[in-house]
Amino acid sequence: MEELRILVPNGMLGYGFPQADFDRGMAQHPHAIIVDAGSTDSGPQKLALGSMTCPESAYEKELDILVPAAITAHIPLIVTSAGGDGTNQHVDLFAKLVRQIAAAHGLTLRLATVYSDVPKVQVQAALEAGQIQAMVNAPALTQAVIADTTVITAQMGAEPYLELLQSPTPPDVIIGGRTYDPSATAAMGILNGFDPALSWHMGKIIECGAICCVPAGKTVLGRLFKDHFLIEPMAPDSRALPHTVAAHTMYEKSSALVLPGPGGKLYLHDCEFTAATPRIASVTGSRFEPTPEYQVKLEGAKVVGYRAITIMGLRDPILLGQLDEILAALEKQVAAELPTEWAQSQVHLHRYGQNATMQQFEPTPTIPHELCLIAEVTAPDQDTALLVANRLRTTLLHYGYQGRIATSGNIGMPFTPLEIPLGEVCAFSVYHLMTISDPVGQFPVHIEEVPAQ
Amino acid sequence: MKLQDYAAVIRSKNSGPFELTFDILFKTAEDYHHFIAAGVLTPEKFAALYQIPVTDIITFEQFDAARGVKITIPRPWPQGSIGESDMHGSQQYAPLLGLDVPA
Repeated sequence: MEELRILVPNGMLGYGFPQADFDRGMAQHPHAIIVDAGSTDSGPQKLALGSMTCPESAYEKELDILVPAAITAHIPLIVTSAGGDGTNQHVDLFAKLVRQIAAAHGLTLRLATVYSDVPKVQVQAALEAGQIQAMVNAPALTQAVIADTTVITAQMGAEPYLELLQSPTPPDVIIGGRTYDPSATAAMGILNGFDPALSWHMGKIIECGAICCVPAGKTVLGRLFKDHFLIEPMAPDSRALPHTVAAHTMYEKSSALVLPGPGGKLYLHDCEFTAATPRIASVTGSRFEPTPEYQVKLEGAKVVGYRAITIMGLRDPILLGQLDEILAALEKQVAAELPTEWAQSQVHLHRYGQNATMQQFEPTPTIPHELCLIAEVTAPDQDTALLVANRLRTTLLHYGYQGRIATSGNIGMPFTPLEIPLGEVCAFSVYHLMTISDPVGQFPVHIEEVPAQ
Repeated sequence: MKLQDYAAVIRSKNSGPFELTFDILFKTAEDYHHFIAAGVLTPEKFAALYQIPVTDIITFEQFDAARGVKITIPRPWPQGSIGESDMHGSQQYAPLLGLDVPA
C-alpha cells in the first residue's frame, strides 16, 4: 500500500460534524473511519458515577451516519473510549446502539467490543509488586484508594486493535474501551506496513479532528505515506498550516517534544512541518521508541462527598473593605455553632470579582465595588452540606461587622432555593502507570455477528 | 509592547487532571525568535508571576516548528473536585498577557 487514508469525522464522537464535510471525506475512499469519544477533561464524575460526556442520543445520531457509511464502503469503523470514560458499561451501551442501527438499516456486520476495565485485584497485586507509578503531581495510590474507587480503566495501545484488524475475518465495527487516543490510527498504520512513528504521530494529530486547522473544523483526513504524512481538513474553507498543525501537538500536553503512550514514547525533536499545498500540511521526522517496560495509564475516580452551595451578592463598600476579617469571623462563628458538622465539612468561599477563578495564582486580588460570594460546602451527606451552607448564609446575612450602617441584611440573594444541593462530588483517585505483561490479553475482546445468527 | 498585542495565541489548559500547561504561539518565526532572544519569559519570571517556586515547573520548552513556548506546572487544586473554579484550566493565562516585549 502506498497511501493509507484515515477519516476522522470529529475530534469527539457526539460533538457533531457537517454531513457535507464527512461526505467529502468518504469520497476520498478512506481505508478506515476512526473516532474517539474519550476525555478526562470534563471531570471525574464520569468515572465515579458512570455518566457520559454526551447524551446517548448524541452518540446514536452520529453512529447512525458512521455505521452505514463504513459498511457500505467496506471499511472498518473504529470507535475508541466509548462514552468518554471507556468503561465496560459504556462499551456495552455503544454496542447496543450499533445493533439497533444495524437492524434499522438492515445491515449485516461483525462487531467487536474491547474492554478496558481492570480488575481491582490486578491493581492491588501490581501495587504490592511495585509495578505502579504515580503520574506527576497525582496522589499516592493505596489499597484503601483502590477499594474506594468506583471503576479503574487502563488506556490501551495499538496492540488490541492490530490483533483484531489482522485477523482473517476482521470485524466491521470495533467499539473500544478506554484507549490512548492515537492507538487505532497507529494500529491501521502498523498493520499496513507504515512507520510506527509516523502512524502514532498522525494518530495524535487527527484524533482531535480538524481543530489543528484554521479556521478550526471538525472532519479531517490523515494520509500516511512511507516517509511522511499529510493532514487535510474536509471543510473547503479550512487550511492545515504547518505551524498550526505543529502547535496542535502542544495542545493539552505536558510536553510538545516527548509524548509518552502505552509501550513507548514519541519524540518530535526532529520533526519538520511543511506546506504540501496551501491547505495541506506535511509532517516528517517523528521518532518512536518502545519503553523497556510496557506501561498503561490507569484512570479511576471516587465519590468524596455531597456538595451544597449558596450564592450571595455583596455590594456594601464598608463590608467589602474588611472582607478578609469578616469571612474569617464568619467561619469561626459557624464552626463554634456547628462543631460536629463543621469538622466533617470542607468549606470554600469563592470570591467572584476578586480571586475566585485563579485562586492562589491571582496576581491582583483587589477589592471590587461588588462581589459574588459562593459558599461551597462538601460534607459526608447532602443534609449536612445544606445545613452548613445555610448557616454560613444566614450568619453573614445579619453579621454585625465593624462600622455597619445598614441593618436590614448584608447580602443580596439571587436564586431559590437559597441553598442549592449539588449532589455527589467526585475526585480523580487513580491516575497512575501500571506495568503489564500482555498488551493484547489485558483487554478482553468479544466478537459477534449482527444480527445474531 | 504587551505580549497580548504581540503573540498570536496565549492559552492555558489541563494536561490531564493533575497538570496545567501554558502555550504561547507567535505570528511569525521572527516574533518567536525575538521573544526568546529578548528573554521575555524565563522559568524564574514565570515562577514569580504565578507565585510558585521555580522548582515546581515541570516543562519549560521551545518548539520551533510551532513557533511556540510551553510551560507545564502542577495543577494547584484537584480537577473537577472540591474547590474547583476552572474545570478545563483554560482561564489561568491572564498574568501572561501583560508581559512586556521590548522592541
